Amino acid sequence: MSEKKPDTPETPATSPGGALKEAESRLHYALRQLSQASWVITVLAIVVALVVGAVLILATNPQVQATAGYFFARPGDFFLTSFEVIRDAYSALFRGAVYDWQAATGQRSIRPITETLVNAVPLILAGLGIAIGFRSGMLNIGGQGQMILGATFGAFIGYAFSLPLGAHLLLALLGGVLGGAIWGGIAGVLKAKTGANEVIVTIMLNNIALYLLAWLLRQQWFVQTGSNQPITAPVDESARLFGLLGSGFRLHAGIFIAIAATVFVWWLLERSTLGFEFRAIGENPEAARTAGINVPKATALVLIIGGALCGLGGAAHLLGTEYRLAAGIAGTLGFDAITVALLGRSRPLGTFLAGLLFGGLRAGGVLMQTQTGTPVDIVLVLQSVIVLLIAAPPLVRAIFFLPNPDGSPRRKRRRRSKNGEAGSDGQRELAESRGGSAAGANTREVTS
Amino acid sequence: MRPFNPKAVFSLAAVGVLALSACGEAPDDEPEDDDAGEAAEEVDYTACVVSDDGGWNDQSFNQSAYAGLQSAVDDFGIDHNEAESNSEAEFGPNVDSMVQAGCDITFGVGFLLAEAISEAALENTDTTFALIDEWVPEEPENAKPLVFNTAEAAYLAGYVAAAVSETGTVGTWGGLQIPSVTVFMDGFADGVDRYNDDNDADVELVGWDKDAQDGSFSGSFSDQTAGATLTEQLLAQDADIIMPVAGASGLGAGPALEEAGGMMIWVDSDGYESTEYGDIILTSVLKEISQAVYDTIEEGINDSFSSEPYVGDLENEGVGLAPFHDFEDEVPDEVKDTIEELTEEIVSGETTVESENSP
Repeated sequence: MSEKKPDTPETPATSPGGALKEAESRLHYALRQLSQASWVITVLAIVVALVVGAVLILATNPQVQATAGYFFARPGDFFLTSFEVIRDAYSALFRGAVYDWQAATGQRSIRPITETLVNAVPLILAGLGIAIGFRSGMLNIGGQGQMILGATFGAFIGYAFSLPLGAHLLLALLGGVLGGAIWGGIAGVLKAKTGANEVIVTIMLNNIALYLLAWLLRQQWFVQTGSNQPITAPVDESARLFGLLGSGFRLHAGIFIAIAATVFVWWLLERSTLGFEFRAIGENPEAARTAGINVPKATALVLIIGGALCGLGGAAHLLGTEYRLAAGIAGTLGFDAITVALLGRSRPLGTFLAGLLFGGLRAGGVLMQTQTGTPVDIVLVLQSVIVLLIAAPPLVRAIFFLPNPDGSPRRKRRRRSKNGEAGSDGQRELAESRGGSAAGANTREVTS
Repeated sequence: MRPFNPKAVFSLAAVGVLALSACGEAPDDEPEDDDAGEAAEEVDYTACVVSDDGGWNDQSFNQSAYAGLQSAVDDFGIDHNEAESNSEAEFGPNVDSMVQAGCDITFGVGFLLAEAISEAALENTDTTFALIDEWVPEEPENAKPLVFNTAEAAYLAGYVAAAVSETGTVGTWGGLQIPSVTVFMDGFADGVDRYNDDNDADVELVGWDKDAQDGSFSGSFSDQTAGATLTEQLLAQDADIIMPVAGASGLGAGPALEEAGGMMIWVDSDGYESTEYGDIILTSVLKEISQAVYDTIEEGINDSFSSEPYVGDLENEGVGLAPFHDFEDEVPDEVKDTIEELTEEIVSGETTVESENSP
């Protein structure tokens, strides 16, 4: 953003090109669209995803394939088998995620819902971190790297120091927050100071984090195990997130951290001055600057706080369930967190619920795989289709013949172009992004 | 812009699929019961296997372990369960879910599952476990480690490579720098050294420095492009025989070597049979994971399971050197004789192949 000429707040003259800007404004438009889609669309998207998943389960199931081979000779077989396969797969998914009525013991029956909560903890925390970025108009793709750093800091503090009970855990968690904040902060400060695109910077930082961890895991001073395997010593008991339900359950205090973080993010975004600034720069950075908001500072803080939450998610994952740090500690959590934030519409409560849903899908996928032989990848398909459909509400409406709540998009556009002010604004924006920045700035000076 | 008519699209697709595939004859006999795991139950035994995040098609230990389980299922008619892990967070839940599914033995594949197997074994003392490629922490009495001293077989491969090399330079590279990979590279390095000592030669090894424990790694067990790039780098350093220790990533070495006219040494399975690059594969360093899995299941069925570690070496043929196949005539007879002598030396303990990465 050009700070020398405050009267031309549009695309800076040093911008590398209009294409990137245009892509960014499209992304922002898509994000706004996402946050406005209704709950009905979400539910319908989940339904469609289950149907798509069912088709894939059927298509890959050998018994169904066999009966489809003689479909015209005896169609009943095909439908009966299909029904049973789908029923078994989805009931296993449910039993693995919520309540297992076929389990041997009562304790085992209620264990699935606790597993769902366990899986949800890192997803919720990191999802909240990503959501803060989305609300502020920033695409933080670096959840993965921020979680790795958080888990690394948390783990090292967890096994390398011995401290009294409460203090050790607290320090390890704070280490996780710090690790994530540093990693997010690098992207934030670069964007604030130099205008670097946060998407590119955070993606690159993901790789740097991965290789940094791979290097650390080969250093004996770091792993402290005396073996050559790239896995660290387990964190001390005093640094672990304590279990809530005793042996046989993995549910740990991290769920309280996730709830607290959800409330905190709600307060931050909806009730605090800082959160107002975040949302303002997300809506319109130029207007925010005019209103006296320090845009670079707020930009950096968005990514620092987002990174801190992701780091906390990584630390909670490690201190709560994994205990040992290895190269794959973050799995795909950092990327799943992005879909959680999208599904949650970047709202704290929505992100919390989306985290629970995805946590449940992960927990259920394990049982579905072992008991029915359905590939666990189906869960990935479900997650992806849900998010895909959420991002395209018109598609969902078309599938279910729902009316468009805003009226047809074409009419809307015409109405807008009648409004002279808005129309010329839109055209000017387009001209700027297409024709390059200098021409854009000229247009603006002429019209104003 | 009219939205497409989903009904039309779906029915068109459905008709197409049916027309293509649905005209077969119905089977005469009753269709099979479609409950999963309904095999002819000759033996009441369930063997289960949990992969690490490589998955069953990794051209490496997951695939070998799975093959061992499959042949046991075919031969003994036992039940089986399998779970593929997509991330490290799934190891624990997957192993636990196997225990819940009533498995008599659960195999964990790879050192990353060590903790999960050890924990499950300590908690469920009435069932048995086995871990591939790593010792079980805390050594529970119902968990058996299956480890392989592949350095011994790689030593032989190193000797052969040094003897056959025309440029006087051989190479090796790995997937990730973990002991189960570098143990191959250590043995290979020592084999080359042995050739140099015995024949007063000066064959050089590129890609791995045993003393510094440092070398070339593709960073992945699946990325073939990275494998090809590394191979080209070693070829540029004049190597003509290369041993990639990287699962499917090692396949990337094939085209690069074909083009340069070099030879490859495959690992884990006999690459002459398992890959499409048989005509450039000099030999393979075998690691009989399938056999070990099979034997362990057989022991379990016969009630003779023991937690005593299985260490595959040249003596029990848990590791070994594959036949030379197409290169049978090009490997000089004296080299073949020496290989046999070396094998005897290693088996008798006269020569020990030392590697800090050995199990």
